[in-house]
Amino acid sequence: MNRIDKCFAELSANGRKALITFITAGDPDLETTEKTVLEMFDSGADIIELGVPFSDPIAEGVTIQKSSLRSLKNGTTLDHIFTTVENIRKKTDKPLLLMMYLNTIFVYGTDKFFSICKDKGIDGVIVPDMPYEERDELLPYATKYGIHTINLVSPASHERIRKIAADSKGFLYCVSSNGVTGVRSNFDTDFNEFFSLIKENASCPCCVGFGISSPEQAKQMSSYCDGVIVGSAIVKIMESEGAGCVKHVGEFTKSIADAI
Amino acid sequence: MNKTGRFGDFGGQYVPETVMNAVSELEDAYNRYKDDPDFIRELNELYHNYANRPSLLYFAEKMTNDLGGAKIYIKREDLNHTGSHKINNVLGQILLAKRMGKKRIIAETGAGQHGVATATVCALFGLECCVYMGIEDTKRQSLNVYRMELLGAKVVPVDSGTGTLKDAINEAMRDWCTNIETTFYCIGSVMGPHPYPQMVRDFQKVISAEIRTQIMEKEGRLPDCVVACVGGGSNAMGAFYNFIPDESVRLVGAEAAGRGADTPMNAATLTNGSTGIFHGMKSIFLQDNYGQIAPVYSISAGLDYPGIGPEHANLWKTGRADYMAVTDEEAVCAFEYLSRVEGIIPAIESAHAVAAALKIAPAMSRDQIMVINLSGRGDKDVYSIARYRGHDIENS
Repeated sequence: MNRIDKCFAELSANGRKALITFITAGDPDLETTEKTVLEMFDSGADIIELGVPFSDPIAEGVTIQKSSLRSLKNGTTLDHIFTTVENIRKKTDKPLLLMMYLNTIFVYGTDKFFSICKDKGIDGVIVPDMPYEERDELLPYATKYGIHTINLVSPASHERIRKIAADSKGFLYCVSSNGVTGVRSNFDTDFNEFFSLIKENASCPCCVGFGISSPEQAKQMSSYCDGVIVGSAIVKIMESEGAGCVKHVGEFTKSIADAI
Repeated sequence: MNKTGRFGDFGGQYVPETVMNAVSELEDAYNRYKDDPDFIRELNELYHNYANRPSLLYFAEKMTNDLGGAKIYIKREDLNHTGSHKINNVLGQILLAKRMGKKRIIAETGAGQHGVATATVCALFGLECCVYMGIEDTKRQSLNVYRMELLGAKVVPVDSGTGTLKDAINEAMRDWCTNIETTFYCIGSVMGPHPYPQMVRDFQKVISAEIRTQIMEKEGRLPDCVVACVGGGSNAMGAFYNFIPDESVRLVGAEAAGRGADTPMNAATLTNGSTGIFHGMKSIFLQDNYGQIAPVYSISAGLDYPGIGPEHANLWKTGRADYMAVTDEEAVCAFEYLSRVEGIIPAIESAHAVAAALKIAPAMSRDQIMVINLSGRGDKDVYSIARYRGHDIENS
């Protein structure tokens, strides 16, 4: 059984919501990435997304764009990240995903990529520039190695939500509001309408992300679905604290975990 | 091309979920209006009475005699209103946007020609216009920045990444994701997700339709060679399209080799690139072994893009078109050559096509015919060519 499915089954049995956190691998360095991942798991994160840096991350706001560039400047490659994942896997059995752009998979070699994901212990991938219609680019390979490709829906998806939600595995990534990643002070989405359409159709748990930056927001947003995803707010802490970020990220993670 | 917008292996719709509905709506609107008599009538009316079409097909007699090879004709897209071929596409897209009820238009621009064309047509139709432009390009093309502002557009300098065309596209896509319900993204080249490559080509194919009619009138036969410069590739697709079925017509694209295709400072996508998926399309890109998009360089702000439209990738892969890499130095020499010999100052982008013609034409025979698509005028480039030649005319 895929670790993501196992995780949601346990959460559901305990009546708990999932906390999914994101950091960019290799920012400020891969050693810190490893420590931060373990610290976040210890502080209440259920699932962690590792961002694979890309030169042109079109779905990201400024915070993750900058983080991605810092990581690339450090010379981080996908192979380095796989080594880090291998190290993390020796210490935890919790679900790990890669969040990355399609070109970084395609150029690496799609079959080879998913084969290594399986070997190193990656459970799923989130690819923001691969819409549902182009899923055959990855899905046959991902399925072959038992890796989930996570579908996304956003408020602008409207009726598309029906078919996408009905054909999802692992969890459905619900984008809180139209736009790129990054902290938002408020949302202009009608969440009741958005999530009722999602829940009517979803074939797996649903988690909400994009712009969630405080325990209060996390608590409010988690009431609509099965979990929350927090990214830019953590990357911001890492940006200001550098290699000394681990403890601060842990405290922040705990504050969110306690709130939901 | 099949339903999902493929040209052979290339094309597709690789965009974030948030913009998928907008892309589908655009596809529906385009399919609905492209054969609609009212739409076609309104577009042709604007082509003729606003954009100054048909553009001239000029016999370059002095150049022909000087090179001693093929008979050379120049398709004068530089004489269009706003000074380049970009207006053809923008008029089409803005008419669509109007019919779709969109009030806010965004665009990316490299050299500023597409930005100027978009700002112009938005002024004409009273639409809000926001143009993203790499910060490096705003410096190289400050004249065009001011032109856009005169026309009422907001120009947003983009300082992320390399501060050039690809970064302007990234930022325009981020804006589109954020304002998807109100905003129409007017892409300037035959690139991006389906339906853009097909739609932009259809709005530009008027170029080859006119060349065909004009050359038949003048020469009674088709040309042997059509040459155009290629960044994303919109003027070249426009100039090539109606000749693709005619195997006797050689199609040549001139891409930017910058300081040399064998140096790190180039934008020669088909010479040095490989297949990838970026900016909504599967095509050929300049990138490293991990799929990181390469920083590119050319003296031409309109050609320094690390990819190429998917239909060109297919014409290249199937061998239907040839692509040559032209260096900065060759392009600047061609810029000066055409100015002196024919009294026509070409855009530095178009000068890449002239440079390719200077290599090819002398080896052709006198009874053969070549058409150079002169995609734009060179006034905007005078400062940077002077700078390239070591003259500081900006501060004198």
